[in-house]
Amino acid sequence: MREITFSQATLEAMEEEMLKDDTIFVMGEDLARQGGIFGQFKGLSDKFPGRILDTPISETFIVGGGVGAALAGARPVVDMHFADFIGVCMDEIYNQMAKVRYMFGGQAKVPLVLRAPDGMVVGGAAQHSQCNEAWFMHIPGIKVVAPSDAYKAKMVLKAAIESDDPVIFFEHKVLYPATFEVPEKEDEKPYVLGTADIVKEGTDVTIVSYSVGLKTARAAADMLEKEGISAEVIDLVTISPWDKETILNSVKKTHRFVVCHEAVKQGGVGAEIAATVAEEAIDYLDAPTLRFGAPFCPIPFSSAFDQIVRVQPDDMVAKIKEMF
Amino acid sequence: MAAKYTKELAQEMYKKMSLIRHFEESVKRDFLAGEIPGFTHVYIGEEAIATGVCAALRDDDLIESTHRGHGHCVAKGADVKLMMAEIFGRETGLCKGRGGSMHIADFNVGMLGANGIVGGGFNLATGAALANKEYLKNDRVSVVFFGDGASNRGTFHEAINAASAWNLPVIFVNEMNCWASTTPYRTTCNTEDISDRAYGYHIPGVVVDGQNVFEVYDAAAEAVERARKGEGPTFIECKTYRIEGHFVGDPQLYRDAKETQKIYEETDPLKIFREKAADEMGIMTREECDELDEFCAKELEEAKKFAMDSPWPDAEGYMKYVYADE
Repeated sequence: MREITFSQATLEAMEEEMLKDDTIFVMGEDLARQGGIFGQFKGLSDKFPGRILDTPISETFIVGGGVGAALAGARPVVDMHFADFIGVCMDEIYNQMAKVRYMFGGQAKVPLVLRAPDGMVVGGAAQHSQCNEAWFMHIPGIKVVAPSDAYKAKMVLKAAIESDDPVIFFEHKVLYPATFEVPEKEDEKPYVLGTADIVKEGTDVTIVSYSVGLKTARAAADMLEKEGISAEVIDLVTISPWDKETILNSVKKTHRFVVCHEAVKQGGVGAEIAATVAEEAIDYLDAPTLRFGAPFCPIPFSSAFDQIVRVQPDDMVAKIKEMF
Repeated sequence: MAAKYTKELAQEMYKKMSLIRHFEESVKRDFLAGEIPGFTHVYIGEEAIATGVCAALRDDDLIESTHRGHGHCVAKGADVKLMMAEIFGRETGLCKGRGGSMHIADFNVGMLGANGIVGGGFNLATGAALANKEYLKNDRVSVVFFGDGASNRGTFHEAINAASAWNLPVIFVNEMNCWASTTPYRTTCNTEDISDRAYGYHIPGVVVDGQNVFEVYDAAAEAVERARKGEGPTFIECKTYRIEGHFVGDPQLYRDAKETQKIYEETDPLKIFREKAADEMGIMTREECDELDEFCAKELEEAKKFAMDSPWPDAEGYMKYVYADE
């Protein structure tokens, strides 16, 4: 094993893929000169001159141009700067990127990766802190991923770049500088988009999460363990299309279902999964499902609000214990 | 006008225009008869633009079309049988019945699709130009067709600015047809010529008579040459008029039918072609035009028959083409 940051992991993925295929290029705001606002593209421009483009502040061009480049035969990776800016180019995502393959009867393929740094950072406030992955779960034709650690970041990003479908890669801002143990390169295994990962086996309750939420879920699971409750923790990894089979099988085994994410609870990814569990496995449930997410308010600025808008492992444990 | 056009080119252009006209008349008739569902927008009266521009392109050049896209598709070289089958929602259609009139596309001829979103094509064409020039290392040119209405979208600015900043091989072909759906152009824009904006992007902007296919062809050929030589984008504004309603079935209560008819009679691009090619240049005779009209009429009869004889898509295949790996 070796230790790298989440950010380094994404850089390794980019570099390895870009070495293999000259038609991969990257465009977005402040990538070449700055190395990305979070440093996640640092040094890439020196290694691949002319293949990392600093664009105008033109999100519709960044994404729409990426789609056009993909249609022409290239494999673009485009960056949103902050996931919060994604609404500026929503049409390019949901009417162009997601639909061209289908509406043209399979003539098109869109091998494009849209990298979207998301999530709460202290003081980020309402327009620089959002987790908006649920919007894209509602749109057929795109794949949505949100890795939770460095190894997954690397392998998922590589799979996204190699995919002939458009992939939105949500990368949590808090994860970038975090260090994780990853396998040596020769031990790495390709990731298959659409597969969840059981990160901790358990028998009494299934807890599903992804991205930074997984840390919360694991913390809750560790606390539950001390109370004699064995939680199975599943990293969703791919939010759409999601791995229904792995989750339903787990629920059928544990008979209790919990989902947590940093995003707003209402209409969130957890709502879809919980609804599916209710549809397809309700007879297996020994307790009502539990969902944890942010309250239904924009992310406030002051640190006074930090605890209230974030899912807390303590709260999860207290409510999960009531399931028994 | 000097005899700078070959007879072959003239014949090809008239045939394309006539084919578009016959195609659109066939679609209009069948749509009004209730045979074609959905929404459809026809290109009658604007045929010279798609034809003149596409005649200046190579087969491997790329075009982005609009919601009024049949003409661009025919002009770029798509088979009208496969187009008609698509419009009738059949499995043999260009898009296997998944697209229809508003999403007609033929990647085999570089027609990257009609677009149901007004102004949706600017960025796609510009991105394709970027990829071709910088990463796929070829000299293909992209064209985006757009109306006066689309020129007021923010996507127009973002794409043309990037195209200019990076000197990309993309041509912005404006079909100034004076109507954005029911709204007259000048009530929403304070410039007579949209191509004035080209100055602000530091690229050439030209105005041509969009009813005269030779004039369109000349401007397009020059723009294509510039783009291929690495001299960047061009804005071509083609003055035309939307003879038909915004969509087939539009009652057009917002304008005077007599005035529209008068404009049509005076500016019909097929009529103007005959005057230029036969009467002025002498490169084709009116009889030769008549013969091509007859040929196109037959092509469309066959296209309709092909569409009608074609199978419907298997409804069980509705998930096909959502993802590439399925």
